[in-house]
This record gives sequence, structure tokens and C-alpha cells, in this order.
Amino acid sequence: MKLMTLVKLAIQAIRKNKMRATLTMLGIIIGVAAVIVMVAVGYGARSRIKQQISNLGTNMIVITPGASATGGVSQGAQAFATLTVDDAAKIRAEAQYVTAISPVVVSRMQVVASAGNWRTTINGVDTDYQTIRDWTTADGAFFGADDVRSAHSVAVLGRTVATRLFADSEPVGKEVQIGKVPFTVVGVLAPKGQTASGSDSDDVILVPYTTAASRLSGRVRIPQILASASSAQDIPAAQEEIRGLVREAHRLSQNDEDDFTVKNQTELADAAASSTNVMTMLMAAIASISLLVGGIGIMNIMLVSVTERTREIGIRLAIGARGSDVLTQFLVESIVMGIIGGVIGLLAGVIGAKVLGHFTGWETVISPLIMIVSVGFSGAVGVFFGFYPARKAAALNPIQALRYE
Amino acid sequence: MNEIVIQTNAITKTYESGTNSVHALRGIDLTVHRGEFIAVMGTSGSGKSTLMNVLGCLDTPTSGNYLLDDVHVESLDKNALAAIRNQKIGFVFQGFNLLARTSAVENVELPLLYDRSGKKRDTKAMAVAALGRVGLEERLDHQPSELSGGQQQRVAIARALVTEPALILADEPTGNLDSRTSIEVMALFQELNDQGITIVLVTHEPDVAVYAKRIVDVRDGRIRRDAPVTNRRNAAEDLAAAELLPDDDADLATYAKGVAA
Repeated sequence: MKLMTLVKLAIQAIRKNKMRATLTMLGIIIGVAAVIVMVAVGYGARSRIKQQISNLGTNMIVITPGASATGGVSQGAQAFATLTVDDAAKIRAEAQYVTAISPVVVSRMQVVASAGNWRTTINGVDTDYQTIRDWTTADGAFFGADDVRSAHSVAVLGRTVATRLFADSEPVGKEVQIGKVPFTVVGVLAPKGQTASGSDSDDVILVPYTTAASRLSGRVRIPQILASASSAQDIPAAQEEIRGLVREAHRLSQNDEDDFTVKNQTELADAAASSTNVMTMLMAAIASISLLVGGIGIMNIMLVSVTERTREIGIRLAIGARGSDVLTQFLVESIVMGIIGGVIGLLAGVIGAKVLGHFTGWETVISPLIMIVSVGFSGAVGVFFGFYPARKAAALNPIQALRYE
Repeated sequence: MNEIVIQTNAITKTYESGTNSVHALRGIDLTVHRGEFIAVMGTSGSGKSTLMNVLGCLDTPTSGNYLLDDVHVESLDKNALAAIRNQKIGFVFQGFNLLARTSAVENVELPLLYDRSGKKRDTKAMAVAALGRVGLEERLDHQPSELSGGQQQRVAIARALVTEPALILADEPTGNLDSRTSIEVMALFQELNDQGITIVLVTHEPDVAVYAKRIVDVRDGRIRRDAPVTNRRNAAEDLAAAELLPDDDADLATYAKGVAA
């Protein structure tokens, strides 16, 4: 029999039992829809994280201490505090592709002001930090190169900190006490919103890194250096240049591994997104269990159908159908059922993802790949779970099948 | 074209059920020539159904040879048997055995769809032509449930005819029909036989068998009697005669019985 005839036959058979076929396909529909929605939410989260990281700054490059691998043993980044302010100074002085650079000295401290007190992150940075992060001040101004050079006690507050410490009053020009050191507020940053990891970007105070090092933490080693490449195309060149300069500064010989890591924004985004990949896979795996259950439903109904249609099978065998003809017929029927269920599930999933996105505000991304895969997979479910009933039908003895009541 | 359609030589069929063996056929020698119209008779348990299954290539004999239209059937595998059934045999069953919710023309077309010879043919036109031969050209798109028993059996006969088989094998074709319709169906068989089609009819009703040309009596798995029908009836004439009688099945049945006696 031709394939078209078989497909026509399968659709006829399904239409003869519309209710039953619909209920059977429901398992596949729910399974596929669940997979689509889960993956859409997962991909949405990933694209959001990537977007947030790319919003971090312009052509940003991050240098962190610690090697990604030491002698074959992978080390967590920041395993060793090997970066110094001198490294940053060297890059600033010698790198051609780097337009802006700033060390970041991080500490967490209690901050006290007139209207309240608050524990927050103190980032000791250079003036370039504003350029790299593309972060403007809403009130007042950023501290200047002079403040950095002379390690003045000046601070720029994040929006959240400003609200916590000064409530409604204007913070610029007022004094805050960070730890035991009094600082003058020179500016308030424009709000930036959530970070990729979901924390509040605005819950921060920026001070000159010189001040942070000498008066707050007393450390000279720094956990992070941020830099900006001159353009997007120059990022790889800038990374290579930075790597060379820092190796030089650290006096590493030819055979030594890097004791620091240079990453660009895209690499950071990928790294952050990879955690959501695991989550997405997990959710899709759970959702595909319902696809499996749907497959068992198909198998169940196909077995019933084979028993019900024993006489039909007998007739077909008697008039010259081979076992393989009957096998193909029933297999095509379960595949068609799987694929119809898959397509309906796909539509339901796409609509479901949109509705979910609409009500929760989550970003959902539907990839064409997952659409093809899920419909293909439901067809495969049809093959897998239809095979046993179809083989059972094909193995029937025509004489007994004809006599079956 | 060979003049001998069926030639069996000492066919036996033994069913093993546990420790018992049931000898359904104990050596059947049967020769059927082209153009013959044979009625195989026997009570239930006589082995006539087994014989019909073997002749129809639905079952293989335990021993013996079976030559169907020049093909040695006893040694063929399942797929080859399916092809033989498709090409050389047309089945007509007691219960019509049409596919439900499938139009007459699609039912008749079915054997052609399982043809693997790869010939390009207009299967639909062939099915329509076959339905024309049994007088159902007006009922092409009717489903079995919309047809009377006699019409359903005609569709089944059209399905048997459509492949132009060497042999039509009818298993109790009148078993589910009233007397009048039975005679109508037998008239159709006689008409087809007159056109040269070989027919083997399995029945237990003597008043149906008299429309055949030759009766083969099977008892206990052997052929007990094999003789031409002496008082052969013409179904068309019987129908015409029945037209004169009141259109009542009971009367017709009595009439048919009298004819058979």
C-alpha cells in the first residue's frame, strides 16, 4: 500500500473514534505543551540573563584572580588573590585596545547616616568605572581623578542605599559613616535594577579604590579589574593584550599557567546562562515524563483497537495483505495519532507560554528547534508505543481473526 | 492457461492440542477444472472448513501436495501465501466480512491495494466495474450498514471478482441470507460461472448445493462422494417462478425445499 493510502486509512480510523482518539492524544498534547512551556520559560530566563549581562557595560572585559585550570586541576576563579592595583595601572598605561579600566575593591560594611543605617556593598573603584558600566549619576556627580589620586573620603550612593539612609531628603553634600570612616556624599547613581543573579544593583556605594584600600579594608590585592575595549571587534585583541600585560606584571615564565582569568561579557553571559540550562533541561525532563505517559496511553488504545478490529485484520489478511502491511497500517495509525497530538500540543504550548508570560511577566522564548524536536519526538513516541500493538495485529492468524466475534 | 485449477494429492491436516491429535483431513484428493462449479458439503466437524482453509491458502496442509493454478502452494511461506490469496483467490464469506464504515467501492478496491505486482492500474475504475458485474453500480458509495444482506454479499462477490482470480471460494455465502436472497446470490454465482469463472462453494444446505454442477461430500476428513449434480437447478428460473408466488419468505423456503427434494 502506498503511504498516502495508509495515512488516509489511519485518519479514517481515528475519525471513526473521535472521542477516544482525542482522549488518547490528550496525553501527548499535555506532554508536548508542558515541554514547550517549560523550555520557553527556561530559554526566556536565559535570554534575560544574557541581556542583563550585556547591559552591564560597554565592551566590558573582566579580569579576576585565579586560574581557570592549574596543572590540569581546575581552580575556582578568585581562588588566589593575585591581582593588584599595579596590574590595573600597567594595563592603563600600556594597553592600546583598552579605553577604560578600573579595579574593583569589594567589601561589605555597615553604613550610618542621619535617617538610618544599612549594611551594603562598598565598591572601591576608579573614575572609569562609570564609563565601563555605563552608569550615570542622577544627582550630584561622580568623584573625579583627583579624589582617587588623593584617596578622598567621597562616596557615590546607589539609589537603594540613598533611600535607606536618607529617606526623602537630598543626600548629596551630606555625610555618611562607612564603618568608622566618615564620607561625603557627592552623587547618587541612576537606578539600574536587578543584576543577572537577581540581586539589587542599586544596593551599593562607590568610593575611590584608593580610599577603599587605605581606609576601609587595608588590602592592596583586589578581587576584580574591569576594563572596556575600544570597540566590540577589538574585544578579543584587548583580552589578549591584557593577558600579556598581566603575565608580564606577574613575571610568569613561558611555561607558567595564567594565575588570573580574562573574560568578556559574552563569556560571562554564557557562563551565567549555563546554570539556567541545567534548570531548563530538568524541567523539560520532568515535562517529558507526561509525554511518556501519553505514549503509554497510545499503546493502550492501540491494543484495544487491535482487539476490536480483529475481524478487519482477518479480512485484510484473507484478501492478500501481508503481515507487514497490517503492521505498517497500525504503526502509521499510532504515528499519525502521535503527530496530531504533537502539533496540537505545540499550539497549546505556544499559546500557554504566551499566556503565562503575559500574566507573570516572565520572558518566554520559543525556539523553532524545540518545536521541531517536540513534534518529531511525539511521532517517535507513536512509533515506539505503537510497535507492540501493531506487531500483535500483524501476527494474527487470518482464520482465527476471521472467526473472531 | 492451465485447465486444472485445483489439484490436491493426499492432503492431510492434523491439529495437535496437548496430547491429542485431531485429524481434520485424512487424505483429500480433489481435482477442479477451470469453469467448474463445485459444492463442498458436509456437516460441522466433517473437515469441510479445514479443507476450505487449505484450498484458500489460509492454512497449510500437514502433508500432501496442493497445486493451485500451476503453483505448488504447500511449500510457500506466509508472504507468498498472502500474494497467492491476493492474486488467485477471491473469498466470499458467510458473514460478508466487509469493512464497516467503508464505502462499497472502497471495499471492492481493497484487494487491489494489496497487490504487489507494481502494475499501474486505475483501481477505482476496476472496483466500479466489478460492482457493475454484480448489479450494484447504483450503490457505489453506500456503506455496508446502508445495504441489505443480499447487497452486502454482492459487494463481497465484487471484491472477490475484482482481482480476476483463478478461483472464487465461497464459504457458506447464503448462511446469513433469507431463502429468496440466497437464490438471488446463487443466480449471480451461476451467471459468473457461465462466464467461465471457477467456483468452489462450501455449504451444508442441500438446496443451495443443487445450483452447483458437482457436489463433493466430506465426512470425517475424507471425500465420501464426488458426483455431478443430476437435478441441477437454474437459480434464475427459480427466481422467476418465485415471482408468481406470494412474496413471502416462508412460502419461498417451502418451495425451495420442494425443489431440492
